[in-house]
Amino acid sequence: MRSSLRPYLPVLALGVLLALAPLLLTSNVALNFLAVTLIVSLAAQGWNLLGGFGGQFSFGHAAFFGVGAYSSAIWQMRFGLDAWTGLLVGTAMGAVTGLVIGFLAFRAGLRGSYFALVTLAFAEVFRVLANSSEVTGGAAGMLLPLKIGAGNLQFSDRATFLGLVVALTVLVLGLVQWIRGSRFGAQLVALRENEEAARALGVDVLAVKLKAIGLSGAITATAGVLYLQYFLFIDANIAFGTWISVEVLLAAIVGGLGTVLGPVVGALALHGLGELVKAAVGQLPGIDLAVYGAILVVAVAFLPGGLVGLARRRAAPRQVRKAEPEGGRA
Amino acid sequence: MPAADIAPAATMLYVENVTMRFGGLTAVDDASLNVPKGSITGLIGPNGAGKTTLFSIVSGFLKPTGGRVSFDGADVTHLPAHELAEKGLGRTFQIVKPFAGLTVAENVAVGAFLRHRHRADAETVAERVATRVGLGDRLDAPAARLTVAGRKRLELAKVLATEPKLLLLDEVLAGLNPSEVRDILPVIRGLRDDGITILMIEHVMQAVVSLCDRVFVLAQGAVIASGTPREVVADPRVVEAYLGKGAAARLARAEAADA
Repeated sequence: MRSSLRPYLPVLALGVLLALAPLLLTSNVALNFLAVTLIVSLAAQGWNLLGGFGGQFSFGHAAFFGVGAYSSAIWQMRFGLDAWTGLLVGTAMGAVTGLVIGFLAFRAGLRGSYFALVTLAFAEVFRVLANSSEVTGGAAGMLLPLKIGAGNLQFSDRATFLGLVVALTVLVLGLVQWIRGSRFGAQLVALRENEEAARALGVDVLAVKLKAIGLSGAITATAGVLYLQYFLFIDANIAFGTWISVEVLLAAIVGGLGTVLGPVVGALALHGLGELVKAAVGQLPGIDLAVYGAILVVAVAFLPGGLVGLARRRAAPRQVRKAEPEGGRA
Repeated sequence: MPAADIAPAATMLYVENVTMRFGGLTAVDDASLNVPKGSITGLIGPNGAGKTTLFSIVSGFLKPTGGRVSFDGADVTHLPAHELAEKGLGRTFQIVKPFAGLTVAENVAVGAFLRHRHRADAETVAERVATRVGLGDRLDAPAARLTVAGRKRLELAKVLATEPKLLLLDEVLAGLNPSEVRDILPVIRGLRDDGITILMIEHVMQAVVSLCDRVFVLAQGAVIASGTPREVVADPRVVEAYLGKGAAARLARAEAADA
């Protein structure tokens, strides 16, 4: 039992660290920074499950983020139902959207850049639809009426809301860690590495990919709902905008593709640096985006395993060296 | 090629008049063969004869243009690869396909997960299988760092971990030096002794002769001969398939002249 809990230690450690933040931080700027960053990191965890573990690079995770946010908003404003079930409905709708997109794309055998383009197309179509449809409030977007209260998932102080975000972040981290050790996780990684070889070993590639994109959509949609509850406002360009599609894959790649902690580490590093540069340079519009671009280039060129990979190599230089020599058994 | 001359109950694999056309090219041409249970059967033939294509059809990676494939008494012609693997038909690839980013143990565990839901069980099986093919001391090495011989062993370990009844080996010995070949022959023989039926594509004739009970020869997509390894290599049609038309007669004349 003790050994089966060991893989969860890093998740627990990060969880404790994050849980302390709302208690220790008092400045609204810091709380705001952490809340937004963790929401992005949650969306990035969804992306990482499909893209990092499964090797299916989506360029349109905004589709799930937006579906989550809009589903919950419609649930609350058009049907007058409550925000907590809205959170569940948003998550479920994200899963359904994932399954539909996945079914269409994966059944047709789309891979690599073709899959990326199809996901981008879905996100863009959703954006245009949300921008013009009446039920989504059209171009004006949707403004949740202010009804502060835990029952409405609206909190008067940021720390409480941050606590909720931290709890969900850690929950999903635990889930991903569990998947990583499961049969499903092994099969998902196998098909990333070599789809034919996985099929030959009895992996039902379509079923595994569908499971992955369903879960991925659900997680990213949860982040979308949290975004809605935090800002109480969404419009098509926020919920279905390219910004979130790009940020989630940046966070996962910079943090470490296919690692459990990567998306969280990556999102914190990216947003942290972005804020630092903004503070240093002053109000130069778009400077944080330029920084993201530079970080991506550096990460792709010099950090094959992302920041988590770098930390791992630093922590265990010996093991790596031991594995270095060729294991020929002539 | 006559149909199976063996009772169905004793046949593990029965390929019946299989044809595969890619546009105007006929890669496999009305080929029939059977693999008796518990045997090591060879499939040989010159390059481009259609051996690997036939393997891909049998293992569910390609749908044949015509013909039938029966495995363990059931028609499996239209089953996808992963379902065949689940039924106990395993294959290796001529061009090995390791999961390069994973360790040896993780590679083999993917196969073991087919029959074992829990990680601990899958890992135990993986370790046992890896040790059996001689990778026991490389469990934690990244697959990408293995030598050619190591990758061939890994290819074998991955499929063995799925606990197959029938194993299709596509040139597992190619690219190995003679001492590496000598090391791996007993492993293959040991698999048969454990009750795994084997159909192997092989160019290393030393191995074919020493391992196979029966051999089918494929040339230009068609089965042109079958029999024991010694019968087959003496068959003029086989010699001609490898060395060109008239080669058998020329060889015979040359030998007569030498005598």
